[in-house]
Order: sequence, then C-alpha cells, then structure tokens
Amino acid sequence: MAPSFLRQTLLIAGKDLRIEGRSREVLYTMGFSAALVVLVFSFSFANATDAAQGPLTAAGVLWASTLLTGTVALARVLDRERENETIRALLLSPISRGAIYLGKLIATATLMFTVELLLVVLAGGLFSANVFAHLPYLLAVLALGTLGFSAAGVVFSAALLRSKSREALLGALLFPIVIPVLLAASRATACLFDPLSPDLNPAKFWTLFLVTTDVIYILAGLWMFEPVVAGD
Amino acid sequence: MTTSHLHVVEVGKTFGRHRALHRVSVDFAPGEVTAVLGPNGAGKSTLLAILSMLSRPSTGQIRFGEDRLTPGSTLRRQIGYVGHEPGVYGDLSARQNLQLFAKLYGLPDATPAIAAMLERVGLGDVRADLPARSFSRGMQQRLSLARALLHTPAILLFDEPASALDPTGAKWLADELIAEKEAGRLVVLVTHDLAAAADVADHVVVLRRGKVAMDRKSSQKFSPADMRDLYAEALNGA
Repeated sequence: MAPSFLRQTLLIAGKDLRIEGRSREVLYTMGFSAALVVLVFSFSFANATDAAQGPLTAAGVLWASTLLTGTVALARVLDRERENETIRALLLSPISRGAIYLGKLIATATLMFTVELLLVVLAGGLFSANVFAHLPYLLAVLALGTLGFSAAGVVFSAALLRSKSREALLGALLFPIVIPVLLAASRATACLFDPLSPDLNPAKFWTLFLVTTDVIYILAGLWMFEPVVAGD
Repeated sequence: MTTSHLHVVEVGKTFGRHRALHRVSVDFAPGEVTAVLGPNGAGKSTLLAILSMLSRPSTGQIRFGEDRLTPGSTLRRQIGYVGHEPGVYGDLSARQNLQLFAKLYGLPDATPAIAAMLERVGLGDVRADLPARSFSRGMQQRLSLARALLHTPAILLFDEPASALDPTGAKWLADELIAEKEAGRLVVLVTHDLAAAADVADHVVVLRRGKVAMDRKSSQKFSPADMRDLYAEALNGA
C-alpha cells in the first residue's frame, strides 16, 4: 500500500533536508554568498545607516540577496537527483509526481528560509531597521515570498535537470517569472520596516497578493512538474 | 511470482520528427530473461523507458496480463529497475537508502527485509551504515540491485547494469539475474555485451533503427558464438 500523499511529500522533503543536514553545502554556500551581498550593499549605499531611508533599503537588499542566492538552493536540491540518476528511481516508485514536487518545494523553501533568518538580522543591523517591530508578520512575509520563489524555481530547475548550462539558464528563465513575488515581498517587507509609517494596510495588501501568487504558482507547478521532469 | 506476460503491441515512439520506435511488438514471458540488443540509436533505451512507464508510447500499447501500462499506473510498483547509474543517494548509508525506498513503496515492517537484502548483496556487514558515496562502483551497483528487489517486483528491467563493473562484479550480477529468472520474475536486459547476454538470455530481441530486426527464443542456452551470429544476421538481414 503506497503511503498517503502527505506522507510521500514529507518523505521527499525529509530526505532532502537530511542529506543537506549531513553536507550543509547549500546552507554554507548560500549563507556566505547572501551575507556577502548584504555587506557589499551596506557599504555601497550612502543612506544605509539613515534612520528613515536605511530600513526601506534593507527590504530591497534582503530580497535582492535572496533572489541572487536562492538559485543555489534550487539548483542543488534538484542536482542531487541527477547524480547517480536517483531521479529515475524516484519516478519509478509508486509515489505521486505532485508529492515529489511539493517535497522539493518544502525542502528548498526551508533551506532558503533558514538563510533568510540570518539575513534579516544582518540587514537589520547594517541598515538600522527594527526587524523585531512586527516579527511574526515579517516571518509570514518571508515565508510567503520564499514559497512563491521556490514554487516557480523547482519547476524550472527540474526542467533544466539534464541541461549542461543549467545554473546560467536557471536565473535567466526564473527571474522574470518571479518578479511579481519579489516586488510584493519587498514592498510588504519595506512597509514592515518603515519607522515613519505605522500603517500596516499596504503590508496587508501585498501579503494577500503574495498568498494569491503563491497559490497560482504552486497549482501551476503541480500541473507542470510531471511533463517537465519526465522530459517526454 | 507472476504468470502474466508483458505484451508490447505495435508500439511506436517519435520525438519531433525523429522516429525512435516503429511498430514494435514483443512478448516478454515470466521466468525468462530477454536480452534486448542493438547498435546505438536502435531504440533500446526508449523501449525500456516505455516499459518502465517513464515514457508514453506515441502509438500502440503495453499490457501486463490484462492490465494496460500507462504513466502513473499503479502497476509501476511491479517494476524494479537497475540502470548503469546506481540510483542511490550517496549521502545516505546503504541501510538508509533502502529504508527510504521501503517507505516510498509503503512496505510495512521492512527492517528484516532490508537486513536480509543487504546480506544478500554482500553489504550486510559494517558497510551497511556507511555513506553510499564511499562505496566502489561495484558495491553501489549491488545496493542498486537491493533497491530494485526490495519491493519484490514482478518485472525487472536492467539497462546496461554491468557497464562499469569488473569481471567479478559482472559475474555476480549475471548470477543474480539468473536467480531472479528462476524465481519466476520477468527479466528484460538491455545490453551491448553479446557475451553477457549469451550467459543469461533465453530470449533475444534485436532492434535496428527502431524496428524489431530479430525475435528469437531458445530452450537451450545461447553460446557466445550463437549470439554473435544471431546479432550479425539480424543487423545484416534487416
């Protein structure tokens, strides 16, 4: 008897996170690169420590570094299935392709989210942003933005599984698709960081926008993953 | 094990304008090893991808007994596959790899079966708990076979399984293949190695340019010379 869809999904996500827990190559690579990007931006922007402008800049820097380094997690989580052709063993097993997609999505988003927590603290410190003012709300925005980015990214990463120049192509194909997610996420984050505007209504609007795009991207991903990964 | 035959009926497969398979009809029987031979580009791997339900035929159909095989079919759990790449996670130990696949196949209380399988493939000692990436290629292929057999499939598909093995490893694999055949499994072996095919096959199918150039069964073992002659005849006569 095949396990339930939820259990299949958790098995795939758990397997990927367990492997990453051993090697930590994605966390270290992504964390180091992302921290470097934030650091470089903090030196480049004259207003980095400005109490009014710094927090708004922090939101953009946070999501720009997430965009640039998120592809590392996306590429690696799928790349591990290419090594030793484990993707074939997975596809031959009686589990749903949708569960493979969602498992990969959860694993990728978890890795990205972990690194983002470090980035929030770093960006908050370097750009004088009070990241703890609306912490639960901020975590929700981070999670939703990461989910949307990963939902589209896993599909593209799977499509490029057998491409030789996949790292270069992944960014070129993915970035235009995830622009709505990144715009919404950075606007919502900027609203939460803004010390002069306690009004959270714009943040609520952008959060709802993120929820909507996430649902669309995940449904599209579930629909596209099977033909994309089978390469038929 | 199974009494069902695997029927390939008028199967064709095209990729764009390229025709990889054209009206291929073959009957694979249980308790038999069928060697699928042919030069590069003959359509062997395409046929195997269709048999394993990873690819959908453009025309024709595959039936296992009375059931039609389609991508997404629950019959997928009846298939065990060993390719030239081992299909195991290097960062997980041999035991963890089998535990993962046991869970994916929904095998209840798989611990004794996993221990027995590791013992059978010669990884039952301390190596069972070492990361698979520390294994030699031969050991990885042993683990691959254990993964493919763990859920006791009725159909076993092999795609050049011995291509990276030394002669001892290849001999071990051939013995395992014969053991599975004798256990009543339906075994399909895709290979370029005519001598290896002669060692195990009761049924030979030669593909050429996507078509069946020869389909021959024998109640007696093929000799390597027979196999070479059959192969040459198939390629020259088609």
